[in-house]
Amino acid sequence: MINQFEANETIHMIESENLDIRTITMGISLFDCADSDSDRACEKIYDKITKKAENLVKTGQDIENEFGIPIINKRISVTPISMIAAPGNCDNYVKYAKALDRAAKAVGVNFIGGFSALVQKGFTEADSKLINSIPQALSETDIVCSSVNVGCTKAGISMDAVKLMGEKIKETAQLTASSDGFGCAKLVVFCNAVEDNPFMAGAFLGAGEPECVINVGVSGPGVVKHALEKVRGCDFGTVSETIKKTAFKVTRMGQLVAQEASRRLGVPFGIVDLSLAPTPAVGDSVAYILEEMGIEKCGAHGTTAALALLNDAVKKGGVFASSYVGGLSGAFIPVSEDAGMISAASCGALSLDKLEAMTCVCSVGLDMIVIPGETPASTISAIIADEMAIGMINNKTTAVRVIPAPGKKVGDVVEFGGLLGTGPVMNVSPYSSEAFIARGGRIPAPIHSLRN
Amino acid sequence: MKKAIITVLGKDRVGIIHGVAHVLAEKNVNILDISQTILSDVFTMMMLVDVENSTVDFTVLSAQLDEVGKELGLEIRIQLEEIFQAMHRI
Repeated sequence: MINQFEANETIHMIESENLDIRTITMGISLFDCADSDSDRACEKIYDKITKKAENLVKTGQDIENEFGIPIINKRISVTPISMIAAPGNCDNYVKYAKALDRAAKAVGVNFIGGFSALVQKGFTEADSKLINSIPQALSETDIVCSSVNVGCTKAGISMDAVKLMGEKIKETAQLTASSDGFGCAKLVVFCNAVEDNPFMAGAFLGAGEPECVINVGVSGPGVVKHALEKVRGCDFGTVSETIKKTAFKVTRMGQLVAQEASRRLGVPFGIVDLSLAPTPAVGDSVAYILEEMGIEKCGAHGTTAALALLNDAVKKGGVFASSYVGGLSGAFIPVSEDAGMISAASCGALSLDKLEAMTCVCSVGLDMIVIPGETPASTISAIIADEMAIGMINNKTTAVRVIPAPGKKVGDVVEFGGLLGTGPVMNVSPYSSEAFIARGGRIPAPIHSLRN
Repeated sequence: MKKAIITVLGKDRVGIIHGVAHVLAEKNVNILDISQTILSDVFTMMMLVDVENSTVDFTVLSAQLDEVGKELGLEIRIQLEEIFQAMHRI
């Protein structure tokens, strides 16, 4: 039988160290909803989502109550809408986004992802229509998330798409100016996007995924931080071992919840995503883990090495704890969602350049970074291009989610609220990348893509 | 059998076990094992129970135990045993 110390440890992790399941995400394929009549397609999408996800929120709440583990979000990811809308008879895809929004609200989930297009090697007509609809779609819906994959290791980077996304991010910010460009918090640009990611804003259900599937994202930066407090001054072998053991325990929670949700909903279990996802709550920060390792302030020299160790140890500990691991799996570094990152960025310890270096070794990329509203679209595109290049060359997922907050300048602070937190406006290079971005075309796939 | 673990944390006082056991008996929840100790001045008790034949829904049972906890000035939680097994046993 479980002893009291073990029971207390689990309860303490949940009560005091913010251990939680970040999300149960139900992936729903929408391929059978495609229709040449776009209104009919939207009806089918609404009907399918509300039927498949009817019990998702209730089941999540039941599991939460019975196991005593908080499940912060229940979400839905769907097939990229550019694929579903392709046969439709309309040029503006906002109606598809609205159908997703209505369906998601009807079943009570927190977010729905998949207003997406995959254009790493070029655009279909539907891809262009979808991308052009993003700013309006994000300004006229509440909980729809959008993502665009513009590069991958096998195909290189579509610089046309990179250019376009810089412009769309600006437009989205302008259309949502009254909420400081909040629309951009629901938009991610990817390189090597994964098909089973349960985390927003980048979740969509890839073409190789089943009809319906349950993916679970764990969390728990606070638990790792607390565990490291007990090994202060010990060498890195000990640090790594401590993180591995903690990640194992955290992931076992995720595996249990995923299996249980899958069983109760009668939907196959896909993957557990072993991510350390911070929230703005004190004690739920990835930056504080790095600082616990001995970095005075996140962003100081040594931060990249500390993050590399953390990211690797989380995977090593977690992979043994779950039968199927996938998604993004690693440590997230979203600036506005992490109390330690907010503090480091506000005091000048953490710069955009350092964040870029950190994305070489973390699980995603430049995430939830507020930049000045006057930043030119070409500069945003160039930020995306740099980040995509890191992903392409290093065979990893990278992403950009930046918010050019209208009217805001370096030193200002933007409040998003909830899990999305508070973003200090960060400095970008004042020098132009205009001529570089104007070239267009594709950056060819790297030499190490030729592995066959 | 559907096993759950009840944990009680707080200041020691008369009637803790009685308070918890009373609710359980009323709802037809069988107690399988009890252990208790004082950990750094805090009374901690752990009960293994079988909720299979409980006459009320798990959420209701949980709410009633919570109520007893408030009356006695204690934190009382009930969680399915699997969460502890998952974390601490391979």
